Amino acid sequence: MPKLISGAEIVFKALEDQKVDYIFGYPGGAVLPIYDELKNHKSIKHILARHEQGAGHAAEGYARSSGKPGVLLVTSGPGATNAVTALTDAYMDSVPLVCISGQVPTHLIGTDAFQECDTTGITRPCTKHNWLVKDVNDLSRILHLAFEVATTGRPGPVLVDIPKDIQFKKGKYKYFKNILKKKLNGKAARKPLNTELDKFIDLIKKSSKPIFYTGGGVINSGPEASKYLRELVSLTGFPITSTLQGLGAYPGDDPQFLGMLGMHGTYEANNAMHDCDLMINIGARFDDRITGKVDEFSPGSKKIHVDIDPSSIGKNIKVDLAIVSDVSELLKSLIKRFKEKNKNFLNSNKQKTSKWWEQIDKWREKKSLNFINSDKIIKPQHAVQRLYELTKNQDTFITTEVGQHQMWAAQHYKFNKPNRWMTSGGLGTMGYGLPAAIGVQIANPGKLVVDIAGEASVLMTMQEMSTAVQYRLPIKIFILNNEYMGMVRQWQELLHERNYSESYTAALPDFVKLAESYGCVGIRAKTPSELDEKIKEMISIDKPVIFDCVVDKAENCFPMIPSGKPHNQMILGPEEEEEISDEGKVLV
Amino acid sequence: MAKSKSAYSVPGKIGKIERHIIVVWVDNEAGVLARIAGLFSGRGYNIESLAVAEVDKKKHISRITIVTEGTPQVIEQINLQLKKLVPVHKVADFKRGEKDILFRELALFKVLGNSKKQEKVKKMCKKFNPVILDKTNKSIVIQVTALRAEIDKLALDLKRLGLISTSRTGSVAMTKGSKIFN
Repeated sequence: MPKLISGAEIVFKALEDQKVDYIFGYPGGAVLPIYDELKNHKSIKHILARHEQGAGHAAEGYARSSGKPGVLLVTSGPGATNAVTALTDAYMDSVPLVCISGQVPTHLIGTDAFQECDTTGITRPCTKHNWLVKDVNDLSRILHLAFEVATTGRPGPVLVDIPKDIQFKKGKYKYFKNILKKKLNGKAARKPLNTELDKFIDLIKKSSKPIFYTGGGVINSGPEASKYLRELVSLTGFPITSTLQGLGAYPGDDPQFLGMLGMHGTYEANNAMHDCDLMINIGARFDDRITGKVDEFSPGSKKIHVDIDPSSIGKNIKVDLAIVSDVSELLKSLIKRFKEKNKNFLNSNKQKTSKWWEQIDKWREKKSLNFINSDKIIKPQHAVQRLYELTKNQDTFITTEVGQHQMWAAQHYKFNKPNRWMTSGGLGTMGYGLPAAIGVQIANPGKLVVDIAGEASVLMTMQEMSTAVQYRLPIKIFILNNEYMGMVRQWQELLHERNYSESYTAALPDFVKLAESYGCVGIRAKTPSELDEKIKEMISIDKPVIFDCVVDKAENCFPMIPSGKPHNQMILGPEEEEEISDEGKVLV
Repeated sequence: MAKSKSAYSVPGKIGKIERHIIVVWVDNEAGVLARIAGLFSGRGYNIESLAVAEVDKKKHISRITIVTEGTPQVIEQINLQLKKLVPVHKVADFKRGEKDILFRELALFKVLGNSKKQEKVKKMCKKFNPVILDKTNKSIVIQVTALRAEIDKLALDLKRLGLISTSRTGSVAMTKGSKIFN
């Protein structure tokens, strides 16, 4: 007969069995029994955030840079509602999170008790699943199931709501494994069939204008997937483009890589997507920032879609071959089968795709990421390029906030490894990058972690600098400071007759002094001539740094597809701005 | 003020709308109906009718029958999204009018009127397995089972005879012959 232990202890037993090293959280009345138990479990370290949203994004950063689920511990009521943004963010970007929330005692549920809210009701649409635990004897099964749901199939957040009396009650603990296995239903993946692989290979062989379009699914599938992807791309000699979330799965400086695609993607990537005759989508989801106008999306191509989530297939774009599979699993079998039957493919195929590559090179000549540099004022693109040049020789992890700086980072920072790039793509959460950097640094001690930020975004979760200082996490907050919500300002300039309604922050803090008051280091760069020295100084400091990079206030992020437009109608730069028709403006 | 120029994208072509009956087997646990209903409302799908009850007391399985409308693409999404929910065991999907599926809905009608009117009511309901549940000098409560569209029409006709209250269960479905849903 197993010993009876408290619900709080069951929580930690389950975390220990799930090999959890860190939890991110914030205490409060309804989780105090769990916090009380923390001292008895030395293998689990708690990181105290300054706000539950910060704890949530830190857990996301931890998960995305380590491949392990992030664990979040919050109290009832406001603790849970503050975590909602992070949960939704993780839901949209498929990040495995397990959120444990305290709840008022069961006898008070439904009475509008102090710090009570309907946590499972509120988080139902932003989690893969959630549970309200009403019996302590269900607790261990639910906790292990929670980890299983979060990490299998398409990963995502889950929440376990534990009333305070359940945390005190004594119950049995048991380690449950593979609870979901019995009813798959597309909740977990199956092996790809040979017939599917043969059809895939057949389409590859017939194509003369192919393109790989890869996404975050490759990263989520683990480092192996990225290895196989590189092998397949080199085996076929096909061009490859990546979504925002897929960056790093394929080396950013490789000649076969066309850069990111989509609204702020490169001219060559978007045109190749539009004109191709075979689109191979691996682990991406035909998001509206990628497709633009759906009816005119890549009209002449056959499309293959590999996704672990059956509901991603056919949701936005109809495809010719759909394979529900884990990316790594599929690529492994595909490469094996491909090699067996097509030893000389690359040579025989070079001729077939040579015209296509010529066309791509013509598009490349547009140099769509170019910008007019200045020697008086720091251009934000230049700042990102310098940051890249000065950090590319070490294993660097980049997080971002949301806006222009995020797109410039995606365009100008070249990633060579998976799990090095953490950005809020689906939900577009301003304030994501700073707390995410904290989680990344915890998972990767000794590595350089930089949050490429905007001054507006970073102020949303600035309080987490205090967390970074407390745990001696030497994260670098690299702020491209243009005093505007840059992307809002850009849309207002291009689409709302330069009516800059509420997009200018008239009273910003002095970021250098702010850094000092947090107990970290502040650096400011104002001119291009001092930029390199200051960046080097930032890298050399073994403390958290806030870097205030004062950049051109009027710079816009190009190229750009006004949304609602097909891929071959991009705006390349400021000289083309005047050409947007009224009709075009409506579509953005 | 300038015209609003912020639209995410223009909607694409809209396919033909079809009516489907979707049957879902779920664990009968707290909140499961909210999960299903929330999925529909959150993603902008319609629920025309919904019938739920536990069908297996031992395993705590409930059977939910949902009548919905949408383009083929939307219907496919509904199926796939439902299957992703953790408490969902299986999902069966039928197009309205499929031959080997039986659909039934039960309705209760309360009609005010004297015995003459009540006779007319009974006559009108004759084809739909009428059962008189309650009868007074001035009123009658009658139960019928029929297809959704038939009940729609019947309710309209009964209006003229003094129908004052209608209660309907929503459609339930079952396959013909020895086959079961899987």
